[in-house]
Amino acid sequence: MTYTDNIKEALAEYVIRLADDRMILSHRLSELCGHGPILEEDIAITNISLDLLGQAKFYYEKVAELSGEEVSADDWVFFRDEREYWNVLLVEQANEDFAHTIVKQLFFDVFEILFYGELIKSKDEDLRAIAEKSIKETKYHLRHSHDWMLKLGGGTEESNNRLREAVELLWMYTGELFYSDEIDSLLVAEGLVPDTSKFRDEYYKTINKMLVESELDEMDPNAWMQSGGREGKHTEFLGHILATLQYLPRSMPDAQW
Amino acid sequence: MTTENKDTQWPLWEVFLQVKSGRPYGHVGSLHAADAEQALQNARDVYTRRQEGTAIWVVPADSITASTPEDMGPFFDPANDKVYRHPTFYKIPKGVNVDVH
Repeated sequence: MTYTDNIKEALAEYVIRLADDRMILSHRLSELCGHGPILEEDIAITNISLDLLGQAKFYYEKVAELSGEEVSADDWVFFRDEREYWNVLLVEQANEDFAHTIVKQLFFDVFEILFYGELIKSKDEDLRAIAEKSIKETKYHLRHSHDWMLKLGGGTEESNNRLREAVELLWMYTGELFYSDEIDSLLVAEGLVPDTSKFRDEYYKTINKMLVESELDEMDPNAWMQSGGREGKHTEFLGHILATLQYLPRSMPDAQW
Repeated sequence: MTTENKDTQWPLWEVFLQVKSGRPYGHVGSLHAADAEQALQNARDVYTRRQEGTAIWVVPADSITASTPEDMGPFFDPANDKVYRHPTFYKIPKGVNVDVH
């Protein structure tokens, strides 16, 4: 498909956002590799991390194709600074404890299901193909995080408390998932990307239903929401993530696996 | 006889995989999980990530009744000298797909 220059430019920026969300969440999950609460869960979380990493790679490659530059996924990931990352703030939040890890994942997974359900109708065949592949992975991710919500919420007093604390802390980062600016409007009008405002109500309805099932209180979708990630203004966490993630390739740029 | 249970992990489940539709399920290993749904998910993660199967059974390990080594003689030996129990006297027609396990 051929695009005019302004569409191409907008689409490249949009796709970097998608890539960065998955890249940073994948990295957060990978931090738990070897630290999972039990061997089987360690493997589950690492698998999800790898799924997201794979999705991120597809998106970075798509950006390279759109920009026509010889930029690899590695270049995007390792040689950009904090202010040039456009991921939503939700995905960079600390793992803290297992409840936080699961709640963060659930908030992202429910969005993903709805998002990919629309992206498979994109007029761009690459995005369509990525969506078709990713939606299967995401269904599994949601099954995993949802099951854990029920277990932690209905488990002990302590697990329920920790789950509630995680929900209350992370809630204000859900609003940014529906961030929309002129890039979104332009691409929505072209039929290339989903209009996320169309499924915002469904998102919060689904999440609230899951919270109640997990013996927690419903949360307010119209509460004050934190944003900034899409403009490169991040919480304290992203800098630390990038320091770990980028140290090796920046000190030894020619290092190879 | 009671023994102190030092295993603080979740209950043990045995995992059976069906390689493709219509084929018998085969035992592939075991894992720990808090309940059946989690056992299925863990089995998927541990045993089927490289397309090893199309369907999974998980069974609580303590639901399996197994023969013991002492059973070996009475259970299996007598078959050896009863040649008529083996279908070796028949010719298999061409085109019949024999599945030997």
